[in-house]
Amino acid sequence: MASKVIHAFYDDDDVLMLAVKRVKAAKLHIEEVYCPFPVHGLDKAMGLAPTRLAITAFLYGCVGITVATLMMNYIMIEDWPQDIGGKPSFSYLENMPAFVPIMFELTVFFAAHLMVITFYLRSRLWPFKEAENPDVRTTDDHFLMEIEIHDNEQELRDLLMDTGAVEINVSEKNSH
Amino acid sequence: MYTFSNRLKIASFVLMIVGALGILGGFVMAPGTIAEAKEMVTSHDGGHGDAHEVEAEHATNENDHAVAEAHGEEHDSSHDQHLLDQLKNRPWAALYVAAFFFFMISLGVLAFYAIQRAAQAGWSPLLFRVMEGITAYLVPGGIIVFVILLLSVLHMNHLFIWMDETVVAHDALLQGKAGYLNPTFFLIRAAIFLAGWIGYREYSRKLSIAQDASDDDSNFKLNFRISAGFLVFYLISESIMSWDWIMSVEPHWFSTLFGWYIFASMFVSGITVIAMVTIYLKSKGHLPDVNNSHIHDLAKFMFGISIFWTYLWFSQFMLIWYSNIPEEVTYYVTRIADYRLPFFGMVAMNFLFPVLLLMNSDYKRINWFVILTGIVILAGHYMDIFNAIMPSTVGDNWYIGIPEIGSVLFFAGLFIFWIFRAISTQPLQPKRNPFIEESRHFHY
Repeated sequence: MASKVIHAFYDDDDVLMLAVKRVKAAKLHIEEVYCPFPVHGLDKAMGLAPTRLAITAFLYGCVGITVATLMMNYIMIEDWPQDIGGKPSFSYLENMPAFVPIMFELTVFFAAHLMVITFYLRSRLWPFKEAENPDVRTTDDHFLMEIEIHDNEQELRDLLMDTGAVEINVSEKNSH
Repeated sequence: MYTFSNRLKIASFVLMIVGALGILGGFVMAPGTIAEAKEMVTSHDGGHGDAHEVEAEHATNENDHAVAEAHGEEHDSSHDQHLLDQLKNRPWAALYVAAFFFFMISLGVLAFYAIQRAAQAGWSPLLFRVMEGITAYLVPGGIIVFVILLLSVLHMNHLFIWMDETVVAHDALLQGKAGYLNPTFFLIRAAIFLAGWIGYREYSRKLSIAQDASDDDSNFKLNFRISAGFLVFYLISESIMSWDWIMSVEPHWFSTLFGWYIFASMFVSGITVIAMVTIYLKSKGHLPDVNNSHIHDLAKFMFGISIFWTYLWFSQFMLIWYSNIPEEVTYYVTRIADYRLPFFGMVAMNFLFPVLLLMNSDYKRINWFVILTGIVILAGHYMDIFNAIMPSTVGDNWYIGIPEIGSVLFFAGLFIFWIFRAISTQPLQPKRNPFIEESRHFHY
């Protein structure tokens, strides 16, 4: 399905923030904002739902510490008991201090890597992916706000021009 | 402008009076003779674990005891004398732990304050008057700690075994350390450190208030410079202080990261108290420009420094546990054998609790969550100091009883009275700090 969208360009993140707030105040739905860098507070201004990435990070961390514990228990205690500084080698708990650094590292490792992968998947980023941003300048020094047009093109143009947009285009968009 | 409410004032006096009675009770109940001491231990055996069961360990664990043995005295009588000393030490140790704990809160706040000044932080100027109020306690707290140390030097108690000449005379290690660890130099160091900390605090406070009335930023700039210089002095003096005032209760044992470890404890306790006092003042309608982003930042510090403390605690523990060298590992052997609950309970309170409660970003902005976590953190760091001092001074005759609770209540009362009195003397919001606008608009 193709729809008409309006693209408003900004060249300053503060101007963009104010523009987003004004568009939201006019009760219009912002389809997307493309930025060359993360703009602090933009998600809140756009009214996006809070990210659930932190929850996945916590869960991945729990997986990591579990994997570390099971792995160390198998390698160091069950399969081939290791003598650690003369400590009793048949008890995980009594050797636990020696394993804490590994438990910590694997917690961080799992949380960090799996969180990044989750983020890529959620953002629909994978190798050989075609870029989704409608204009190459959003990777350089311009910000782009995309709003769907519902027979209100002129109104939108006036409003966006008033918020300090440096350029306004209208284009067809194929929804994915 | 904050006025010290009568209710709070009365509460602090009640705490002080009840606490003073507890302290007094502790001294009255301490045994005067060996016979009384033995009686106390036998009648209390259930609660304290068996004092005599670990006799074999004693020889290696407790220096003075080992000395006595090497000297060839009869074992039983020296053991009894040792028991008496420990029981006599208990009210002193309880007093010292609580006095140091509340002093260290204000010292931790002083470090935090100096860092904010030296970093020219934009978010925190709104909280400067709160921090300055808490550091006001350095004066009475420092004097009390100094007096306790002075009384130790005068042999009023046996907290610091190396101050006893007869012990040093039979201990080659202590003789080797005597050039540094002797009563005179010990007191001189303490006096220099206290003078430096209090001196900086008073001067910086003066500049901070002068800045409100001035028409340029010269006071602010001078404050920045002296704060940066002070941090250098602070790092050195705080480290040496931790060896002197805490590590030296076990004079054979040493740890090279001890200064950092104690610093982490005082830093997190200090930040916790800043957050608690700020939330209290805000609940009374003061500090109108402090928003939940400021609380969020303080809670982030509480969370982060709690993990930092755990990192140091564990680094110290693991290396000593791993290498298992007798003269080092004795520190943890006594603690795990005789102080199992406070020792491991402290790790739960100082690590697990703040990590789980403050992990979620939103919880860091909920006032009662921050207060709840703060209370646990403060109790946990009291236990930290307790675990550092008690095993070396009272051995296995510890208990959280009248002397300990009384001391905590007394110093809590004094602390509350002193800091809120200091806070009430000046407007709560600095007027002419160049970063005050940034602080007001601070938004996470």
